[in-house]
Amino acid sequence: MLEIKNLHARIAEDGTEIIRGLNLTVKAGEVAAIMGPNGSGKSTLSYILAGREDYEVTEGDILYNGESILGMDPAERAASGIFLAFQYPMEIPGVATMEFLKVALNEQRKARGEEPLKISEFIARVKDAAGSLNMDMGMLKRPLNVGFSGGEKKRAEILQMKLLQPKLCVLDETDSGLDIDALKIVAEGVNSLRSSDRAFLVITHYQRLLEHIVPDTVHVLYKGQVIKSGDKSLALELEANGYAGVIGEAA
Amino acid sequence: MPAVQETIDQVREIDVDQYKYGFETEIETDKAPKGLNEDIIRFISEKKQEPDWMLQWRLEAYRRWLTMEEPTWARVSYPKIDFQDIYYYAAPKNQSGPRSLDEVDPELLRTYEKLGIPLREQEILAGVQKPAADNDEASDNVYASGRVAVDAVFDSVSVVTTFKAELAKAGVIFCSISEAIREHPDLVRKYLASVVPVSDNYYATLNSAVFTDGSFVYVPKGVRCPMELSTYFRINEKNTGQFERTLIIAEEGAYVSYLEGCTAPQRDENQLHAAVVELIALDDAEIKYSTVQNWYPGDVEGKGGIYNFVTKRGDCRGARSKISWTQVETGSAITWKYPSCILRGDDSQGEFYSIAVSNGYQQIDSGTKMIHLGKNTKSRIISKGIAAGFSQNTYRGQVSAHRKATNARNFTNCDSLLIGDQCGAHTVPYMEAKNATAQFEHEATTSKISEDQKFYVMQRGIPEEEAIALIVNGFVKDVIQELPMEFAVEAQKLIGISLEGSVG
Repeated sequence: MLEIKNLHARIAEDGTEIIRGLNLTVKAGEVAAIMGPNGSGKSTLSYILAGREDYEVTEGDILYNGESILGMDPAERAASGIFLAFQYPMEIPGVATMEFLKVALNEQRKARGEEPLKISEFIARVKDAAGSLNMDMGMLKRPLNVGFSGGEKKRAEILQMKLLQPKLCVLDETDSGLDIDALKIVAEGVNSLRSSDRAFLVITHYQRLLEHIVPDTVHVLYKGQVIKSGDKSLALELEANGYAGVIGEAA
Repeated sequence: MPAVQETIDQVREIDVDQYKYGFETEIETDKAPKGLNEDIIRFISEKKQEPDWMLQWRLEAYRRWLTMEEPTWARVSYPKIDFQDIYYYAAPKNQSGPRSLDEVDPELLRTYEKLGIPLREQEILAGVQKPAADNDEASDNVYASGRVAVDAVFDSVSVVTTFKAELAKAGVIFCSISEAIREHPDLVRKYLASVVPVSDNYYATLNSAVFTDGSFVYVPKGVRCPMELSTYFRINEKNTGQFERTLIIAEEGAYVSYLEGCTAPQRDENQLHAAVVELIALDDAEIKYSTVQNWYPGDVEGKGGIYNFVTKRGDCRGARSKISWTQVETGSAITWKYPSCILRGDDSQGEFYSIAVSNGYQQIDSGTKMIHLGKNTKSRIISKGIAAGFSQNTYRGQVSAHRKATNARNFTNCDSLLIGDQCGAHTVPYMEAKNATAQFEHEATTSKISEDQKFYVMQRGIPEEEAIALIVNGFVKDVIQELPMEFAVEAQKLIGISLEGSVG
């Protein structure tokens, strides 16, 4: 589903190279965990996948279902099924969460040539998704993410994911700032979406999240490259020994 | 940053065709000779069949005006206006004043239909909808809803006023100011210039000398005006100035909601619209005044467009009276406008809600004055400025409490939003409290639509233009919800159109 080939990318403004020859393949149905120390390029990778303009791809390619997405803007990528759950979701003052969800869903439908959803159907879907995440419908009347706690913001991200039903879900440190109860709810939300035609890229520092979202593969990112890949046992090994060993091996 | 260059390029490419109301009506006009002198004023007064006292009042204003200097304190710049190069009176032939609909030139009716404003009452009531300049928007047009009476002012004359008879049944007088001067001279003499004195400022004095038309509203004691009232101003003729004069009086316990709209053809020359609007609210009366200002803003290079230099002021003359100004300003090359409230009556309230959008080379210097004179007076100011392109957007406001205005309260919130990095937003608040019990609160923020916000919204599948519109609409929401509901929809669309092409 996702094939990243020898990707090189830098910050557009000052030319700092962050991704330096990254290769990664994620199949449909797979949950791939991306781990790595601070500054290894994990969040940058998620931004580049979603099409953020501040980064420039200088070499290599990103194929999604066999086609390059480099020429697509963030909205086009989203409509094609790529979703990024942000580490720090943005506040959108004055825009009710419910309204935002409706616009997003219908814009994606429009891009795919589908009719806008009937209001009753839309509300039913939101209720369903919010219920499974233990979210109060009253919260959805509030402006998106404004005054939400860290946990509420992350839940709102998963709510959007459930509603938009993307095919490639990138989760950027979704566990940061969550207490254990919230973490479980979020993980359940993700697990409920696992299916044979959907892939996940789970970016995290810690093994903790991976106890709840069990990955099929684990990849260690360091200095903008994948330096080691393995199965879920690799995450446990990293938890026990830190990154130093793996980095040493690669060097 | 590459994104910024793109923004600049895109702003350059703003297509003036996005201004939907830029067409011109081919119609024969009666004009005064070009220029300004006492004979021109006599000409206007005679055309309007005014009594002598009105003519004398105008001439006095004119003589006063000759001694005055054009103000330069606003943060706007423009070449000196040649006041002798303007026509001060232009009216469609055979239409020196409002008449019955059958007598109105069909070309004029078509013009208003094109603007989305049907003037035939029976059709409005029957829900017949007319094509507006852009068909898809005619259907939810506020003027076609059958709940709004319209005074249609075309260049220097009011061509028709709808629902007059029905309003008269409720005791409400709604007519052109020219008609009011002839038919209701006592009311006009009592209230005209009682809020904005003749010598108030350069443009107000000029207006007093040469004003041509505008609306007059009188709501008697205890009457709640049964429908929304509105005036639609259209400038059509070349090189013509429009000098609107509007006077609204709400007697004890009366209520009226009034809307004002305006458009003009696309032209290379600048045109002047210098208005004076006066509102008077007596004890327990309430006036709600909403404006959607969409004068032609000029082209991509900043050529042409309307100079909108207006003086709007409301007097909360009675106890517990309330005046509320809501404005959505998207048009004009230059806007110089400060709808204000004099809170004279004890426990009176003034409100100012404003959205000012500038793009291209537009310049806006707008805000309000809240003058607290009575006890326990309250005022509230919510201003949202949005600047894009190469525009300059200034909020200028004054809040003052007189020595006797004990317990005066004001809350001011001014937010500015910048799109791109070639535009400017400025906030100039003046505050003055002459007694210790006054409480003024002021909040101000300036923000840019951050790349982070835009990226986040787009990541959910919302295309760039829609993403900006969504963020902007969120930004102005507090003000939009103050508008009458039908206008709110229109205002939101208008803001979207005004910002088209502002992002890269």
